[in-house]
Amino acid sequence: MSAFFAYVESLGRGAIGSVSAVGRTGYLGLDAVRALRKVSLWGPHLLPQMARVGAESVPIALFIATFTGIVLALQASYTFTGAVPLYFVGTLVGKTMILELGPVLTGLALSGRVGANIAAEVGTMRVTEQIDALETLAYDPVAYLIVPRVLAGAIMFPLVVILADAMGILAGLGASMALLDLSAPQFMRGARLFFEPFDVQFSAIKSITFGVTVTAVGCSFGYHTRGGAEGVGRATTRAVVISSMIILVLDAFWAAVLLT
Amino acid sequence: MSIDLVDVHKAFGDNKVLKGFTLSIRDGETTTIVGGSGSGKSVALKHIVGLLRPDRGEVWVDEHNIGRLDLESLYRLRRHVGYVFQFAALFDSMTIGENVSMGLRRMPDFPEEQIPDRVAECLALVDLSGYESRLPSELSGGQKKRAGLARAIATRPKYILYDEPTTGLDPVTTAVIDEMIVRMSEELDVTGVVISHDMKSAFRISDRVAMLYDGVIRIDGKPDEVRASDDPIVKGFIEGRPELMRATT
Repeated sequence: MSAFFAYVESLGRGAIGSVSAVGRTGYLGLDAVRALRKVSLWGPHLLPQMARVGAESVPIALFIATFTGIVLALQASYTFTGAVPLYFVGTLVGKTMILELGPVLTGLALSGRVGANIAAEVGTMRVTEQIDALETLAYDPVAYLIVPRVLAGAIMFPLVVILADAMGILAGLGASMALLDLSAPQFMRGARLFFEPFDVQFSAIKSITFGVTVTAVGCSFGYHTRGGAEGVGRATTRAVVISSMIILVLDAFWAAVLLT
Repeated sequence: MSIDLVDVHKAFGDNKVLKGFTLSIRDGETTTIVGGSGSGKSVALKHIVGLLRPDRGEVWVDEHNIGRLDLESLYRLRRHVGYVFQFAALFDSMTIGENVSMGLRRMPDFPEEQIPDRVAECLALVDLSGYESRLPSELSGGQKKRAGLARAIATRPKYILYDEPTTGLDPVTTAVIDEMIVRMSEELDVTGVVISHDMKSAFRISDRVAMLYDGVIRIDGKPDEVRASDDPIVKGFIEGRPELMRATT
């Protein structure tokens, strides 16, 4: 019986912890919005953060997109054999990369790369009192640390995702030409068949929200870190897990809102 | 102009750390707050600069009630308060020169072209001339503390708060840091508040010593008065005799 109560208590503690984490993140979000007007504090850090969040993430995003494009082409060909004209491989690769796998896989990969990096960096600054030091030197830490990171995420994620979309389609084209009996014009005919310019907008809109999610969750868990190196490790892990979960929820949300 | 903490209460969950902490810091003096580890000394210090807000009570700095100040006013006030952190809290991605210049860049009236000179001057005051381009990771523990002190004095603050400035240092480096605290008081005419549990150091640098025990100030006076106290808690702490303190509690 006592084990049961202990279990219920731990569930309760977990629920309270989750609610307070949401509350803390909400307050931090409000502070970040208020801090937007302090351009002199976040402005000089925006470009370096855009390079870190965006430019440095391009190789991993392209790597993932390349192999995703290849696999999509091969699986489409396997599925369509004998039933659907092979040029529909281009349709499936194009649509799937742009609408779903480009943004989601890139978002998930960057939640590990960017989100973990931000949570660890900001968390280390918290536990070594560097954030307190910023405050005593009259710097608003939200404007100085959080605003440029979240803005960089919002600006750079869509660019990285569009590059990844393009790379995935090119890789699918390459695989179709090399491994399937499909020419480039045939592949492109399929890719253009159901293409809508809105598809790219949809991909970009999703990516912006993923970028804000990954950077804001990383910042929030880092900013509220407690308990030395172990706390930094815990914050980093939670930032990756929570932002990955939110990305998947947002993915379904945008599909329901914009595609139905 | 002074610092006054009046009946300050602060708890973290069930842990009541300050239970009516009252202390006046007089202008131009160096006051050391001593007390055992975990007694709440650093918590009291953080209230002065608004890093923590009291659950109850008031903290007055230059006639401003810290608990009632909005964020912008608090940032303005902080330009007059230097804070030396226990482990220096230097920004590890910046050079020592950049660290020291951080506060100056938040002073709207301070000319940009004078920043390098002021940085060099502050580093010279703490015997770190020529260290501008070094990274914090290239410095020893004592050097980091001195660099933290240089950063705190760069804006020429009226008050400097030192959070355990000599903890973890060897006796010689401790004496050097003590000497610097005295020098800051004399040469820059600043009011100092030092947190320490090193009694030798406290008696060496202080105009006044206050002892924090069980969330309140147990004694507050000149070093000689504190040294001569008959209170077994104070005596036990100064002489490092826990049996005296246990007999009272």
